[in-house]
Amino acid sequence: MFAYILKRILYAIPILIGVNLITFVLFFMVNSPDDMARAQLGAKQVTPQMIEAWKVDKGYDKALFVNEHAKGVYKVTDTLFVQESLKLFSFDFGSSDANRNIGTEIKERMGPSLAIALPTFMIALITNISLALLLVLFRGSTLDTGMMIVAVMIMSVSGLFYIIAGQVLFSKMWHWMPISGYEPGFYGIKFIILPVLIGVFSGIGSGVRWYRSIFLEQINQDYVRTARAKGLSELKVLFGHVLRNGMLPILTGVVVVIPTLFMGSLIMESFFGIPGLGSYTIDAINSQDFAIVKAMVFLGSVLYIVGLILTDISYTLFDPRVKL
Amino acid sequence: MIKVTLLWTDMMVWLLIVSLLAWGWTVSRSPQVKKQWHTIFKSSIAMASAVILLFYMLFTLLDSVHFRFAMPITQTQQTQSEEIQYGEIVSLLDLAMVHNIESTERTYSAPFATHEYAKSIVIDAEGVTKQEYLPLKHVSGSDGVMKHTLFALVIGLLISGLLVFSHMFWRKKRGNKSELPWKAAYMTLTLLLVTFTWFYLLSYDYHVLGTDKVGGDVLYQSLKSIRTGVLIGTLTTLILLPVAIILGISAGLFGGWVDDVIQYLYTTLSSIPGVLLIAAGVLSMQVMMDNNPGWFETTLERSDLRLLFLIIILGITSWTGLARLLRAETLKISQIEFVTAAKAFGVGKWTIIRRHIIPNLMHIILISVVLDFSGLVLAEAVLSYVGVGVDPTMHSWGNMINQARLEMAREPMVWWSLFSAFVFMFILVLAANLFSDRIQKVLDPRNKT
Repeated sequence: MFAYILKRILYAIPILIGVNLITFVLFFMVNSPDDMARAQLGAKQVTPQMIEAWKVDKGYDKALFVNEHAKGVYKVTDTLFVQESLKLFSFDFGSSDANRNIGTEIKERMGPSLAIALPTFMIALITNISLALLLVLFRGSTLDTGMMIVAVMIMSVSGLFYIIAGQVLFSKMWHWMPISGYEPGFYGIKFIILPVLIGVFSGIGSGVRWYRSIFLEQINQDYVRTARAKGLSELKVLFGHVLRNGMLPILTGVVVVIPTLFMGSLIMESFFGIPGLGSYTIDAINSQDFAIVKAMVFLGSVLYIVGLILTDISYTLFDPRVKL
Repeated sequence: MIKVTLLWTDMMVWLLIVSLLAWGWTVSRSPQVKKQWHTIFKSSIAMASAVILLFYMLFTLLDSVHFRFAMPITQTQQTQSEEIQYGEIVSLLDLAMVHNIESTERTYSAPFATHEYAKSIVIDAEGVTKQEYLPLKHVSGSDGVMKHTLFALVIGLLISGLLVFSHMFWRKKRGNKSELPWKAAYMTLTLLLVTFTWFYLLSYDYHVLGTDKVGGDVLYQSLKSIRTGVLIGTLTTLILLPVAIILGISAGLFGGWVDDVIQYLYTTLSSIPGVLLIAAGVLSMQVMMDNNPGWFETTLERSDLRLLFLIIILGITSWTGLARLLRAETLKISQIEFVTAAKAFGVGKWTIIRRHIIPNLMHIILISVVLDFSGLVLAEAVLSYVGVGVDPTMHSWGNMINQARLEMAREPMVWWSLFSAFVFMFILVLAANLFSDRIQKVLDPRNKT
C-alpha cells in the first residue's frame, strides 16, 4: 500500500513537469519577457534599460531553456524554465503584478471557496443519489420518463441563466437573501445559501441521469435477481445491493473532484462576490496577471493528481477485490 | 462589383460540410450502418431535434457566405487610382437582415415597444424642459401588430405548407413506405418556419426582441450568434476528432512506448483545469495577435481569426477524454477473435484498423461528438463571461449575456437581451441533447438488454 502510494507520487512528478512545460511555453515562449515588460510598463516611451530593469526585478532576465554563458550542468539549470519550475515545486508562487504574495493570498482565499464548494458538493451528492434511487425504484413509470425529460431540460439551460434568474428572483424581487457578498462565520450563512442552492440545482440534471444509469446497470445483474428471488423487498434490494455495488463507479467520479473543491467555482464566486480562489483566478485572467494564472494552473494540476491517487486508495478501501 | 471573401472559419465550415457529405456517402453504402440510422430516426423526438439542428445549421451556412460590395466610385477617387474600393464584409444573412442593421435606435427599448425604455430630457418649442419617453425612430406604430401578425402567420403557413406537401408528394411518388415519423418533422418545421416568418416580417416595422444598450436590434444579434455557437460546437470536433482517433487507436493497438507517451500526454493535459488551460491559451494568443497586426485587415477578420484560435485551443484541450475512451475500447477490440484471425491471415495493420477497429469505435465517436457539441455551445457563454471567449465585437450569446448582465439591476428590468440569448441557446442545446440521447440508446451496446 505504502509502496504503491509512493510510486504514484513519483509518477506525478513527470506529469507536473509536463504541466510546467506547457504553461511555460504558453507564457514565456509565445509572450516573451520583453513583451511582458512592455505590456506592464505601458507601451509609451519604454527604454531598453527599463525593460532590462523590470526583467531583473522579476527574475526573468535568464535564457529560456539553454544558457549559453554558463558552464557544464548550469547550461541547463541556470535557465528561466528550471528556475521557475523549481520555485513552483516548492510552492513558492512569487508575487503578483500588484506586488502581493500569491502564496498567502491563496491561503486566505481557500476558506471562502470551500465555504461554497463543500456544501454544494455534499448537498448535490445526497440529492442526486436519492433522486436517482427514487427514479430507479419507479423505473419505467410516468414519473421516471417525466423526470428524465425534466433532467434533459435542466441540463440544456446555461448555468449563467440559473445564477441570474436566482439573483433576480430571490434577492431582487423577494428580498430573501443578499444579492452578493461574503462574511466569515455563522452570520455569513445568508450569503452562502443562494449560491449553494443554485449550484445544486444546476447540476441536478446531469447528476441524476448519471447516477440513474449506474444503478440501472446494477439492477440487471444476477445478484440482484438472486436477492429478489430470496424474497427481499424492492427497497432492501435497492439500498442493500444496488446502492452498495453502485458505490464503486460513483467513487471514481466523485473522489477525484474532492481536492479540486479547493479551487472554488469561477463563475459562482465572481457573480456572488465571494473572495475565493475562483474569483481570484477570474480577476487574474481579466487583468492578464500571468503569475497568478500560472500558480493556479499548477495548483489545479497538483490537486487533480491528488484526487487520482485518492480514488485509487478509496478503491482498495471499498472493494475487497482490488489489491494494490 | 462583388468580391467574395473567404474567412478562415468559412473555409472550415465548408470543409466540415464536405466531410459530412463524404461520411454520409460512406454510411449510405453500408446497409448495416444505414439500418442503424434508420432506427435512430424512428423516434419522433430524434426527428424533431434533427429538424431543429438543421434549421440552425442553415443559418450558419447563410452566415458563412461572405463578400464585399464595391464602393461607389467618386470623382476624386477616380482620378487618383484605378483600384476599386470595397466596403465592409457582409454575409448573406446580413443582406436579408439589412433593415435591422440600419434601424439602430439610441438606446434600450422593449420588444414591440414604440417608445424608448427610459425618459429623456426634452426641450420643447416653448423652451420648457420636460422628461418624456421619446418615440423610436424605426418603428411604425403599435396599432398594426395584430394585422402584421395575421399576415405573417398566413405567409409562414403557406411556405411551410408548400415545403411539407412537396415533400409528401415526392415521398408518394417514390412509393417508399418508410416508418419514419415524418409527422413530427413536419410539425417542428411548421412551428419553426411560422415563428421565424413572424419575427422576420415584423422586424421590418418593429424591434421584435427589443434593442440593446446602443440601440442594436436584439433579433439580429441573436441570429448572428447562431453561427458563432454552432461553429464552436462543430469545428472544435473537426479539430479534436483526428487527434483523438489517431492517438487513441495507436495507444491501444501498438502498446509499448507509444502507449506510454500518449498516456503521459493526455494525463498531463487533462490534469490542468480546463478553463485555466483555455484562458492561458487565449491570453497568449491575444498577445501574439497584438504583435502581428499584419494577419488581418478588418475588424471582422480580426475577430474571425480570434474565433479560429479559440476553436483550435478548445480542440487541443478537449481531445483527451475521447482519446482515453478510444484507447480502452481499442484494447478490448484487439483481443477479440476476429482481429486475431485477421492478424493470423496476414492482413495489414492499416486494413485491420480501417475494417475492424474504426467501425467498432464509431458509436463512441458519434456519442461523444454530439455530447461535446452541446457542452461546447454552453461553454462559449461561460468563456465569454470569464473574458477568454470570442472577440467582444463578435456576435455571440455569451457576449449578449455578458453585456446585458449588468442591466438586471435596473428598474424596470432590461430582460430581453438575456432572455433571447438564453432561449436561442436552450433550443439548440436541448435539440442536441435529445438527439445524442437517442443515438446513445440505439448505438450503445450496453443498452441492448
